[in-house]
Amino acid sequence: MTDGPNYGFDTLQVHAGARPDPATGARQTPIYQSTSYVFRDADHAAALFNLQEVGYIYSRLTNPTVAVLQERIATLEGGVGAVCCSSGHAAQIMALFPLMGPGCNVVVSTRLYGGSITQFSQTIKRFGWSAKFVDLDDTDAVAGAIDENTRAVFCESISNPGGYVTDIPAIAAIADKAGLPLIVDNTAATPYLCRPIEMGATLVVHSTTKYLTGSGTVTGGCVVDSGKFDWSQNDKFPSLSAPEPAYHGLKFHETFGELAFTFHGIAIGLRDLGMTMNPQGAHYTLLGIETLSLRMERHVENAKKVAEWLEKDDRIESVTYAGLDSSPYADRAGKLYPKGAGALFTCAVKGGYESCIKLVDSLEIFSHVANLGDTRSLIIHPASTTHRQLTEEQQKAAGAAPDTVRLSIGIETVEDLINDLDQALSKATA
Amino acid sequence: MIFCMSETYSDELLRSVLKRTKTIACIGVSTNPVRPSHYVARYMGLRGYRVIPVNPVYAGQELFGETVRGDLSELKDDSVDMVDIFRRSEAVPPIVEESLSLLSGLQTIWMQIGVRHADAASRAEAAGVTVIQNRCPKIEYQRLFGELRKGGFNTGIISSRL
Repeated sequence: MTDGPNYGFDTLQVHAGARPDPATGARQTPIYQSTSYVFRDADHAAALFNLQEVGYIYSRLTNPTVAVLQERIATLEGGVGAVCCSSGHAAQIMALFPLMGPGCNVVVSTRLYGGSITQFSQTIKRFGWSAKFVDLDDTDAVAGAIDENTRAVFCESISNPGGYVTDIPAIAAIADKAGLPLIVDNTAATPYLCRPIEMGATLVVHSTTKYLTGSGTVTGGCVVDSGKFDWSQNDKFPSLSAPEPAYHGLKFHETFGELAFTFHGIAIGLRDLGMTMNPQGAHYTLLGIETLSLRMERHVENAKKVAEWLEKDDRIESVTYAGLDSSPYADRAGKLYPKGAGALFTCAVKGGYESCIKLVDSLEIFSHVANLGDTRSLIIHPASTTHRQLTEEQQKAAGAAPDTVRLSIGIETVEDLINDLDQALSKATA
Repeated sequence: MIFCMSETYSDELLRSVLKRTKTIACIGVSTNPVRPSHYVARYMGLRGYRVIPVNPVYAGQELFGETVRGDLSELKDDSVDMVDIFRRSEAVPPIVEESLSLLSGLQTIWMQIGVRHADAASRAEAAGVTVIQNRCPKIEYQRLFGELRKGGFNTGIISSRL
């Protein structure tokens, strides 16, 4: 979209979207804690409400602080625009909402965060939508699962609870052949480790709660549009290609071209679903993103060392980290995720379910929490927490078997992390 | 017909076109305020351009403080430097021919999103006129001069200046 200087990632994570505040000169992005914005006159108000001008009306739709974050994430992902919302789960609904209708389905990876599996297998049925779960390593199965009612393919780049990295170019090629958008959840990789749009993804979703914010302070979500999908190539996406009654018959794609999905996300998605990000939350996430690359480098470095140590330990059955040479996904990770396979992985502990519970309860530095991507190291036993609503078969398919714990490696001194795991494993397997 | 934005134009070119342009003839403008041809033209007028509406259907009516012209021959003396085409792609060639022969100050022919005609574009470029196809001057103005920033769009602008 631009031919300006080709700035590096570290420059963009600090500057993209933000300029000194035009009203005050404030250098850090101010928190615009205001619900509403004054119109210049009646014509200005009418133009804003008709989507003929872009501006601030009401903070459910747009907010100056949130807009800076949106532009920053869009820039880092290489998209044309982004819509932020209240959580990663909200982002998934915001991404699907313009594409789906009653009777439509989405083809999704079996290797997803447990909460996403529940959202897709259960909750979206209330909208008349459905999901078809497939193993993305079986590309014939992915192509075979797509039918005339499919509207999207969905996967995670580095999957949660870990150990798996998706072959995004291969899946994007299948979606493209079927004339469907590929949605990639890039939460666990962040745009520093993976840029799904460059690999063919149409939309990227995030839980900004995780590495982007970084310090475990606020929940948030984001949908980034590549601007590359032709929504008018067939009649499958009427929300974007057909006249919209609520806007005098405006056709989003015809009117806004490559910006259509983002305009729709604001004008219909946030307006009517109301899953808005608040400006204070956006501010925390903006602060976090300023150091994203520095943190991700350390997260990855620590994760590799901890995974290597665990793999050699005889109290451990197996380690799933895709950054290990022993991983079946090592080649794919090296090729598609050359800066590292993230900092999220699982390990199976000898002694099964009981040892996992004891391990989690014996750690001093690792925190037992249902989050990931914090500066702090975190651990959870998915089978008894995040993935407990799933059947044992679903748990295994998702990499969350009963003998498995998930680790989210932080940026602490790595020797301290290893020592903590060492003492807790001794208690857990005594 | 619509939308693969394969034509790429540098920000530098788009910015210079939007800065040098003073008077825009909007071909195919509608008097219906919810049609893009109406509110794009109105927007450009609000941003300081002189906008001259052209549409035989509404010839003689008042719009944006100007009389709607029936065709390009009525624009000879209006120092139009940009023609913005809100018509189907098939209608482009005669508009380009007339613009080249009638408008002595013509610098730019702009075709809206979904409008493109390779032969007509080459013809205009050979005559020394800048051609932009399949783009909207309002969206590009909003992007390059900061307004799209309010919607969370990637403007590509990095600046530490006020």
